[in-house]
Amino acid sequence: MSDVVLDLQSVTKRFGDNEVIRGVSLQLHRHEVVCLIGASGSGKSTLLRCANMLETIDGGDIFLFDQSLSDPRIDPDLVRRNIAMVFQSYNLFPHLSVLENILLGPVFALKRKRSDVIDEAMALLSRIGLSERANDFPERLSGGQQQRVAIVRSLAMQPALLLLDEVTSALDPTLVGEVLDLLRDLAQSGTTMLIATHEMGFAKDVAQQVAYLDKGVLVEQGTPEQMFSNPQHEVTRKFLERA
Amino acid sequence: MSHDASANALETPTLFVPRRKLLFTGRRAIVASVFSSLLILGAIIAVFYLAPGGASVRYFFFNPHQMWQSFTGNPSKGLSSVGAGIITNIWMFCVCEVMVLIFGLLIAWVRMSTSAVLFPFRVLSTMYTDLFRGIPILLVIFMVGFGLPALGLGFLSTQSPAVYGCISLTITYSAYVAEVYRAGINSVPNGQLLAARSLGLTSSATMRRVILPQAVRTVIPPLLNDFISMQKDTALVSTLGAIEATRAAQIYASTEFNFSGYVVASILFLLLTIPMTRFTDHLISKDRVKRLAAAQ
Repeated sequence: MSDVVLDLQSVTKRFGDNEVIRGVSLQLHRHEVVCLIGASGSGKSTLLRCANMLETIDGGDIFLFDQSLSDPRIDPDLVRRNIAMVFQSYNLFPHLSVLENILLGPVFALKRKRSDVIDEAMALLSRIGLSERANDFPERLSGGQQQRVAIVRSLAMQPALLLLDEVTSALDPTLVGEVLDLLRDLAQSGTTMLIATHEMGFAKDVAQQVAYLDKGVLVEQGTPEQMFSNPQHEVTRKFLERA
Repeated sequence: MSHDASANALETPTLFVPRRKLLFTGRRAIVASVFSSLLILGAIIAVFYLAPGGASVRYFFFNPHQMWQSFTGNPSKGLSSVGAGIITNIWMFCVCEVMVLIFGLLIAWVRMSTSAVLFPFRVLSTMYTDLFRGIPILLVIFMVGFGLPALGLGFLSTQSPAVYGCISLTITYSAYVAEVYRAGINSVPNGQLLAARSLGLTSSATMRRVILPQAVRTVIPPLLNDFISMQKDTALVSTLGAIEATRAAQIYASTEFNFSGYVVASILFLLLTIPMTRFTDHLISKDRVKRLAAAQ
């Protein structure tokens, strides 16, 4: 079995006449962290949603573990149980406690026994230092705490791949650190991640590959060293100077 | 210019409200409100006592003896009890409430479904809500109450008027409540749907576990508003001859030539609806406080 988890092949996505993804190809290997950088509106979020089948693509193909997602026999729910996604606005469920938020996926999507999952969920919460807040409702937590809960909620699904969509963009600057620390921790323990981010320092630290998107085109891709010290394209250089 | 500005700064601006606005503050405000309340109450009572027909209105509508007799009923005179009649209203309302909650949700769910198989049902449920929100409930009661028995469908055609009344109320109010549910479901932010689907929940599990629990919370006040008007609309079932409070008062009025029974029925309806109205307002203000707190 090959090492490739996710393989995007000239993916194209249109909203009406507006082509937001233009022939993007990208590979993600097991235990690899790839950061997508680029201005707002460059198509980073849309690309992540396409990978999770929250959007349907208009051209090209996406392979997850060598299986084409455009195959009509593919069950999107099964795809999403293997790919977890974390959103910019956390999207915790406000009517459920922190613990119930984490249990929801494993219990109602994976049909696992609640009593089996509780220990795992509590272990995840203590990993982020929030085990004492298990029975609180999300609105009682700070933004940083909510986002960390959202991240472990997706980890509870034991996904093969984690998609993170600008997870620190909605946070106060003082709260960004705690979320990035958790992601660094995850990267070190070998979680495969595709991260859309505006945090260049973070991308430099954790990514094996950095990909720069501009107006839906994947302009350039390389190791952080290549990308940040010696970008090949003029647009990339300009973007990195501004960032 | 700079001279003007510094000259202005030296003048002390007046921060006091004008004297005339201070007339009704503090203790004087309490005195003023008591006085104005007494004045208005006095005016209403005066109209009853001083109007040319005041005495007959008091006799025909607010006669304590007649009111009591209509409340308890009098079998020897063939008078139905308004007090017993309201029990019929209460059970009709209770039954309808449960049915409406179920049917309304069902209709809203079907209408918002995206499955291709459900397409004909989607069209039907849209037509249903359009139709029954548009027909006056009185006409629905007539059509069901006189139409179903005329069909001669055995079990369905041999029910009591109260049952046909319940069917009519359920049919009409389900259409309203379905729209209330739909608005509630639409009010749940799209991010909730995305988050639930990205956890691999099926669309029906997403609906059951994530969307509906949040939607129901926001629709409780409008739902209760619909229930308050449904409570009152149980009175319309009197047109089919069901002996509920209004019908009993009608019988009383036509037998004793006294309308006090109508006042009794009104008071009984108020005893039912006012607690519900207060409770609804309480929920609305609680919800607003919560929203304001969340916005900070």
